[in-house]
Amino acid sequence: MVDFHGWAMPINYGSQIAEHQSVRDNCGIFDVSHMTILDFKGEQARDYIRYMISNDVDNLKEDCDGLYSAMLNESGGVIDDLIAYKMPFGYRLVVNCATRGEDLKWLSSHLNGFEVKMIERDDLSMLAIQGPRSEQVISLCSNLPISLLKNKKRQQGAVNGETFIAKTGYTGELGFEVILPNANAQDLWQEAVAAGAEPVGLGARDTLRLEAGMNLYGYEMDESISPLECNMGWAVSLEDSAREFLGKEAFLAKKDSNNNPVLVGLLLKERAIIRSGHEVYLDAEKTIKGIVTSGTYSPTLKQSIALARVPRTNKEICYTEVRGKLLEARIGKPRFIKEGKFIF
Amino acid sequence: MSESPENLKYLSSHEWVKLEDDGSVTVGISDHAQDLLGDIVFVELPEVGQELGAEEEAAVVESVKAASDIFSPIGGKVTEINEKLLDEPDLVNVSPYEDGWFFKMQPDDLESLKSLLSSEEYTNSQES
Repeated sequence: MVDFHGWAMPINYGSQIAEHQSVRDNCGIFDVSHMTILDFKGEQARDYIRYMISNDVDNLKEDCDGLYSAMLNESGGVIDDLIAYKMPFGYRLVVNCATRGEDLKWLSSHLNGFEVKMIERDDLSMLAIQGPRSEQVISLCSNLPISLLKNKKRQQGAVNGETFIAKTGYTGELGFEVILPNANAQDLWQEAVAAGAEPVGLGARDTLRLEAGMNLYGYEMDESISPLECNMGWAVSLEDSAREFLGKEAFLAKKDSNNNPVLVGLLLKERAIIRSGHEVYLDAEKTIKGIVTSGTYSPTLKQSIALARVPRTNKEICYTEVRGKLLEARIGKPRFIKEGKFIF
Repeated sequence: MSESPENLKYLSSHEWVKLEDDGSVTVGISDHAQDLLGDIVFVELPEVGQELGAEEEAAVVESVKAASDIFSPIGGKVTEINEKLLDEPDLVNVSPYEDGWFFKMQPDDLESLKSLLSSEEYTNSQES
């Protein structure tokens, strides 16, 4: 167990690699109750959320639909990444645990002038059930509004009372995230495990998200990084040109300059592991540099993979130094595995 | 609770050494070490014939979590390496004292084994 921003969480329950594989092949369950859940109610909840985050919640058509977004500061840096849901009562944001303090401060400081109320839902827990067999596991659990999930696509959800379920996740597999009252979380965990879900810790959560090419706050992005530099440009909506949102001006200026570094994926052929903080070089002379934001061993590919921020390039090969040796890595899109398939 | 067999000698940096009947020694890492490292995914071994000094870097293990150097417990010449570890690095996790050995060496001086830790001393060194 480790202290993860005040939460006692397991890195692994047994073998991290076995836990990783259970999500790719079968079904895993994660206790992600450390995530911060914020509800917004009031007549101007929509206006407020549209101003605060980079993606546009007007694209959410039905209740319980969700979208991925950044929350930007005035200089266009990423304060956090999050999922925003349209809810029957207004909007719900699920933000990171590591950034909870900064997020609350930032969100609170902009409430003034809007008819909106922010409520932190620490009375709710969150469990993620992920993997090709997750639908079957979910169907064996009681008290979930699964009949309402019929015909729902990814990023959509359903709610029944205080129990909310959405087809979202952080693994690159089919999966569900369930938000429910703290008192009911243990029962759902036990039911899901009895139905075949394997408990998965933070270690495999990280290797799964990295194979899927999903960002981790503090690694791929922070307050000094633009969405354009961490493969999040797509989560900034400019469709409604009349919409003002925080960080818009700085984002547009950087977009126009068109010379920002970009996030790429790296695949290492040799038996070594690229890790966060390693330098990467676009030339063997080591003059054009980038930085590894996250790197690990991919249990699915049995090779090292990494995400790196590098100057724009057409090159297919770069170099990284591991224990004094210069190793070649293949450059590709910042994603490796989707639904168990190699997509790099 | 991790085990540390009594017939072996240890370094506080988690390597174990076994004195074989023919006077050679076998080197590996302790159960406690493999437990700390988690799933081991790559192993780099020394070369046969390589001369190693006491506490010189001899091998590298990479687990999902971190890379760690493995030190030669005593001075000597590498006589054999466990090539099985290149394809099955998880042998170190599954069988740290048997199938998961790293290399064998002909020691320069068997006396130096005496200065290494006993099982009890090693266990105590990990608790303090």
